[in-house]
Formats: sequence, C-alpha cells, structure tokens
Amino acid sequence: MTTQHITLTVNGEARDADVEPRLLLVHLLRDVFGLTGTHIGCDTSNCGACTIHVNGQSAKSCTMLAVQADGAEVRTIEGMVAGTELHPLQQAFWDQHGLQCGFCTPGMIMQAAWLLDQNPQPSEAEIRAGISGNLCRCTGYVNIVKAIQQAAGELQASASAPAAAGEAVAAEA
Amino acid sequence: MTEILQTSPEIGGMGHSVKRKEDPRFIRGKGEYIDDLTLPGMLWLDIVRSPYAHATIKGIDASEALKIPGVAAVVTGKDLEGYKLHWMPTLAGDMQMVLPTDTVMYQSQEVAAVIATSRYAAADGVAAVLVDYEPLPVVVDPHKSLEKDAPVLRPDRGEDKKTNHIWHWESGDKAAADAALEASDVRVAEDIYIPRIHVASIETCGCIADWDPVRQQLTLHMTSQAPHAIRTVLALVAAGAGLPISEQNIRVKTHDIGGGFGGKVPVYPGYVLAVAASFLIGKPVKWIEDRSENLQADSFARDYHIHAEIGATREGRIQALKVKTIADHGYSDAAADPSKFPAGLFNVITGSYDFDKAFVEVDGVYTNKPPGGVAYRCSFRVTEAVHAIERMVDILAHDVGKDPAQLRLENFIKPDQFPYKTPTGWEYDSGDYGRALHKALDLIGYADLRKEQAEKRARGELMGIGISSFTEIVGAGPSHDFDILGLKMFDSCEIRVHPTGKVLARIGVQTQGQGHETTFAQIIAQELGFPVADIKIEYGDTDTAPYGLGTYASRSTPVAGAATAVAARKIRDKARKLAAHLLEASEEDLEWTPGEFHVKGSPDRKKTIQEIAFAAYTNHPAGMEAGLEAVDYYDPPNLTFPFGSYICVVDIDKGTGEVKVRRFVAVDDCGNIINPMIVDGQIHGGLTMGLAPALYEQITYDENGNNLTGTFMDYLLPTAVETPAWELEKTVTPSPHHPIGAKGVGESATVGAPPAIANAVVDALWHLGVRNIDIPITPPKVWAILHEKGIA
Repeated sequence: MTTQHITLTVNGEARDADVEPRLLLVHLLRDVFGLTGTHIGCDTSNCGACTIHVNGQSAKSCTMLAVQADGAEVRTIEGMVAGTELHPLQQAFWDQHGLQCGFCTPGMIMQAAWLLDQNPQPSEAEIRAGISGNLCRCTGYVNIVKAIQQAAGELQASASAPAAAGEAVAAEA
Repeated sequence: MTEILQTSPEIGGMGHSVKRKEDPRFIRGKGEYIDDLTLPGMLWLDIVRSPYAHATIKGIDASEALKIPGVAAVVTGKDLEGYKLHWMPTLAGDMQMVLPTDTVMYQSQEVAAVIATSRYAAADGVAAVLVDYEPLPVVVDPHKSLEKDAPVLRPDRGEDKKTNHIWHWESGDKAAADAALEASDVRVAEDIYIPRIHVASIETCGCIADWDPVRQQLTLHMTSQAPHAIRTVLALVAAGAGLPISEQNIRVKTHDIGGGFGGKVPVYPGYVLAVAASFLIGKPVKWIEDRSENLQADSFARDYHIHAEIGATREGRIQALKVKTIADHGYSDAAADPSKFPAGLFNVITGSYDFDKAFVEVDGVYTNKPPGGVAYRCSFRVTEAVHAIERMVDILAHDVGKDPAQLRLENFIKPDQFPYKTPTGWEYDSGDYGRALHKALDLIGYADLRKEQAEKRARGELMGIGISSFTEIVGAGPSHDFDILGLKMFDSCEIRVHPTGKVLARIGVQTQGQGHETTFAQIIAQELGFPVADIKIEYGDTDTAPYGLGTYASRSTPVAGAATAVAARKIRDKARKLAAHLLEASEEDLEWTPGEFHVKGSPDRKKTIQEIAFAAYTNHPAGMEAGLEAVDYYDPPNLTFPFGSYICVVDIDKGTGEVKVRRFVAVDDCGNIINPMIVDGQIHGGLTMGLAPALYEQITYDENGNNLTGTFMDYLLPTAVETPAWELEKTVTPSPHHPIGAKGVGESATVGAPPAIANAVVDALWHLGVRNIDIPITPPKVWAILHEKGIA
C-alpha cells in the first residue's frame, strides 16, 4: 500500500513518519511512536480513552487519521509533565483518588485540561458535561470531578500570581 | 479477629487514607496494559466472526486472504481439530468451541483466525476470508428452548442429553416452603427479569502468547483476573492435546489491567488461538479484541428469569419464600461459579430477613447466544438474588399498607441472632441491619421526603423513594465447599523482609484497579509496623507469586487479605524470638506496639522491627534459621457477609418518561476498613455499576439472534452527566472470623443499588397500579406506562 510522508510536533518534539493514509492517529502515536499512554477503549468514538490535544483542541485520536495530523502540534499524556513536575491535574487525580484501573485516566486528564483551558472556573455541572465524552467504569466520576475542581483552583491561583512564580524560577536558576 | 492497634500516619496501617502507590505511573501514561507491549518479531491475530446466530459452515476459503501482503496464516477449526484444540473446557465444566468445525452457535462467534505481520494486515485478512454459511433455526428465548420441539443445540453432549436443559439446582425445603406459603395471610407473586448485561471494562481483553521452541517455554501475557488458574488449565489442555507444554514452563503475566469486574475471569477463544498460533509459528502472537467484539462475544452476566413468591402475615411479618428461575447461559455454560454452585450463591436470596422457610430452584438453559454467566461486579449471582428479594419485600410492604422502611425493620435478622443460619444453609457471620437502615433514613431525611412526595402526588408530580437493605456474600471460599475445576478457593501471600528492613510481598490475587499495591502494604504495615512506603506488593506473575485463585467475587480482602495478615503474624512471631535474643529477655516479657518490641514495664529496652530484620540476617541466635520470611495459604472458615442500606429519591419526567436520580444515600458496612479513601472509591464505582443496569444497560437480541446492542453506540454506559453525586456513610460491624475483621467491599454497591432505584421508580408509580418494572427502566418503558395510564 502507498504511504504518505507526514511531519508533526508531538509533545514539543519534531517527528515524522511514512504512513498508510488509513492509519489512525492513535495507532501512529502508540504503535509507531511508542507513546502508549494514549489508550483505545472502543471503536465508535464513545469512550474517550484516546483523547489528546491537536493544535490545542481536544480530539479523540481514534477518530482522526494520522495524515490529518500532518503539520499539527500534538500533545499527549506523556507531554503533561514539566520536567519531573506533575501537571496540577495529574497531581489532583492522585490526591483525590480520581483513578482506579487507570485506563481511562490519560484521556480523562487530557479532556479535563482542555476543559479548564476553555473554562477556568467551571461549575460542577459544567465539569460533568465537559467530561461526558469520556467513560470511566471504576470511579463513578465523583473523585474525577473533585480532582478537576482541585486543579482548577490551583491553576487559578498560579495564574493570578505569575510574577511570584517567575521570581522563584529565576532565583532557582 | 484480634484488636486493631492504631498506627502512625508514617506507618500507615489500617484506617489511614494512604494515597495509592500505583498512581504515579497511571497519571503519567506509564501504565503497562496488554496492548502497550510489543515483543520482537511479534505477529498480530485477528478473528473472523459469524454474522449468523446459528448456521452450518459449508466451507471456508482463505485463498484470497493468504494473498494479502503480511498475512502469514489462517487457522480454522479443522486445523485445530488435528491437535484436539477445537473445543476447550469452561470454568463451569461445560465445553466451548475454540473454533467451530461445522456449526456456529451465536452471532459474532469466532470462525477463523488470521495471523499477520501488522494490526492492519490481520484486519485485511479477516475481511478477505470467505465463509459459506447455511442458516439454521435460531433459539433466542430460553423458555422456548425448553419446549419439546426446540432444536437441540448441543448434540455433542451425547445421546442421553437430547435437550437444551443444562442442569437443575435447588436449595431449601420445598414442602415446608409450600406449606408455609399456603398458611400465609398474604401472598405476593411476581415475575422479575434480570437482563443480560456486559461488564464492559474500558480496557477490552487481549494477550500476547510467546512460545519459545528452544527453551520449550510459553509466556502468556494476558488480561486475567485469575492467572494461576489459567496456567493450570493451560497445562491440562496442553497435556490433553499431547503438546510439550508443561506447567513449570508456562508463565502467565498480567501486567496492568484496565478493569475486570468478572469479564476477565474466563478463558476466551482468542487467548487459546494466540497460544496455538504462537506454538505453530514459533513467534509471539498478539490478540487484542475490539469493543464490538468484546460486547458481542465475551461472557455476559445475569440473564435470570425469576418467578418469586413471598408469604406473610396480615401485619407484614414475612414467613416464606419460593423462587423458580430460568438461567439463560447461551450456547455453553461458561460461568465462573464454584463447582458445587451452578447457580452461584443465588440461594442467599432470603437476604437480610428472618425467613422461617424458603425454597429456591434454578434451571440452566442453552440458547443461541454467547456463552457465559459471569459476574458483573458481584459475587456469583448475588445481585440477581438481592434484586429479587428487595423488589418482593417492597411490593409486600405496599400490599399490606406498611411503609417499606418499617416493614424491613420489623423483619430484619436481629443483631443478637448472629451467627445466623438461613433456611437455605448459609451462616451469616455478623450484622446490624437496623443500625444501617436507621442511619440511611436519618441522613436522607426520610420523613420529610415522604411529606414532600405526598404534596407532589397531590399536584400530579411523580416522585419516588426506594430502599434496598441488602446482604452480600463474598470471600469464596472455604475449601470444604468451594472449588473451581477442583482447585480449592484458598488464597495466599508470601512476605520477605530484607536485611535493611524493607519488604517485598507477593499475593495470589490480582488487581484490576482496586489498589492492592497500597491496601495489602497497609495490612503488612498494620501487622509489622514497617512504613507503608517501605513495602512493595507484587502480583500477576505466576513464576513468582504464590498460588491463588485470583480476584473476583470480592475475595481479595476476605481471603488473600487474611493470608497477608496471617503471614505477617508468622513473621512477627519470629521477630519476637529475635527480639528476645537481642534484648536478652524472655519472649513472654516482650510487648508489641506497632513497629517495635519492648520489655514490659521498660519502654526504653526495645528493638525496632528494622533492627530485628537486620539481626535476622546478621545476628540470629544459634539454632534458628536465618532470614525473615513467611508464606500463608489461607482457607477461610466461612464466607463474609457485608451489608448496607441504600435509599434513592427519583423524579420522573411525565413528558419523556425519564427517571432522574435526585439523591442516593448509601450506608455500607464492610467490617473493618483498611483504607477509607479506597473503600469510598470502590463504593462510588460500585454504585455507578448499579445505576447502569438499573436505568441504561441491556444486551438485547432480535428473533434471529442478532445482537442489537453490540457497540457503545447502543450499549449505554453512564457518563458523568447521568451519574449522581453519591452520598456515603458507614457502619462498622467486624467479621468475627476474619483476622483483621474485614469483609470485602468491591461489589456491595453494585449488588445493592439496582433495587433501590427500581423500588423508587415503582414507588413513584404505585398509585397508578404499577407493581413492577423490569430493569433497565428506560424512558420508553416508563413513557409507555404513563401513556397507558393516560398521564403522558
């Protein structure tokens, strides 16, 4: 089968690959690039386990072809850690027991990150609606909602004190 | 049970909400699930499936498939027949096809396997295999399956079994139950169907079979809740087929598992096909099922057609129960029930009530549906039992004009009756059902809700309040009664304390998300005083973990948790001897506080557990073995019986028939609690998997056996929008026979929740003449009732 050459940025790193036009983006990430944190839980775009960011937008990577991501900036769960520091959402999911088997967790965190990007102070109802494309079978969503609320609070706090954070980084350097 | 001593937060023993040790890898996307693994030279296996529910296979033409670049082989039932691998045993002792040689028995049944160099090439191969089918009459309804002229679905069972009836099972005293019913003032009878559902863990099933022909070693990486049992079954099947694969050379590894709920207990044909393909080709072979394959072919749960009758006095004092049930098992009984219990522990159906007489019978039946009868987050048919009894008690309360809470309180088994023998033979270990129900009634503000309901009903609004006061039966089980394929249902733990005071423990059970790496470390921290951070828990590798029957039926804490406590106590006994040697004191003069032994009356004369561990390798007394290790295989003396009371408030939209759960209070009693945070998480998840079959989920078939709910487009898992904010409370009634007084909690909520919801809906509609609505209570079902009553 013919292949097509694509180039894209994944978690800030330039990547390229020769892919069949039918290759799903999630298979490019998992099987070609080895980024197995993005999971597959269904074949009808319902479960959201494969949620990533494409050009800053939340996307179900099982519902995109790899060739559609040519030239795109892609962010996966592996790109959420800054150095060794967890993203506030990752920390909050841990703190609030927002995961059990962990299989839906990467997609859930990516969707929550996009949700908070769009709506930094969501109500509980907005959080529930915002993650309704992501299925979790273990947690009953209670602690996922709590985790997103915790992260929203922390992101708000750090956004309102950027100068102080900047100074701390400068002092450490 | 012994006294639970308080430990410091640093030690993190029982009762501490220790953050989970497994989470750092999961939140970073660094978990290791089966499809994340790639082995050198690995091939892919994909499966050709039947479009028909019952058909003769006239021929299979793989020639076009074999021309596709990358397709290495196509395996059919005829190929497997040569190795006697075309049939395999189920865990229930029935037989199931790996691949058919002549007849398919359900839609989406495996027909052939394609092995190729990539995921996509294997799928191309599947699309190119041509199968010639001749459709046969389809049996969908289990009642019709029992009729005389029904086609016999399983002629392989022999000449003397020319019927679709699989087995009959009964419990209790029929004559006594009949007589007691006859003498009752009030008799209530009802048909209750518990529909076929699917666990649908978000990770589907899969494996990589890796046969090394040089070392004669089979490594099977797989999604299994019971890896040791799988290893033994594989060894037995291989021996039967004359293959050179013996048990010491079989290694089953589970890695991380994305949810189990009972669906990852059975052996599916895909696993066996991958093993056979790897054996034939000599390369690793990966099989990962799609969601639609998972929903259409893997083991289902429930599918019980129940007829129940309850007898009581005019005042509502219940006296007798009689239950007759047809169990639809599909074309093979592939339940994972213990051998003596083909209908599981369904005879726990007398529930939380002090019944004098009871009789229950179940008949298993074949139909043209996928095989199964596994649990859906419950212990062997308990959910079916609890739903039936909680619905029946509720109908009785309405019939005799008593408040459902009051009727329950008057009929509960009382605290001083424990240990309590039920009329169907169980011995409940402990319980205080009234306390749990009173707590739930107070928490939800029951009296005010009843007032609100009366006001709303006067205005024509539909509001209902439903109660479920369930008793679970978990922790299978005592070896005198419990085995699967002859393997007794003990479980195990092996603990090794290293010289520097760090601990490695291996358990015979398996986590699918429950948090064993944390909670089992807490049990050891509790018993030995090592900080939970210094304890590593391993599982899911049959080469290293001690033998155990795995995780299902809420048996991890009741059985392997007990083994862990007992193994730790063996270590503490040796530590006491070492401490006596180090302190030059007699053992009797030593006192234990978590983490140290000291001489009675001289708290400064002490040795910490870390000092003792070091001495076990550096300074042990003459005549004592070096090292500090122990193993325990725990055979529980009885099952454990968690319980609780749930109250649900629903509002019904008269225009659409939609049921909205406004509030749901869950008071659970799982005995002593290891990690409160994790217990609450288990209950949250369990309640949501109770909500799901109550309102949304059902696997349905048309008259031709076509699965109408085979994808997530039609099989509706609750999202965060439908799921209410659960309100939790606890009572604590320890199990008297468990070493740490725990009972298990993973499934209570799934068992207890559905009748609370169904009772609430019927309560909202009772004044219209509605006595029962079978779950799932979907908007079309409710709308049809409202329409018929002239409301909608």
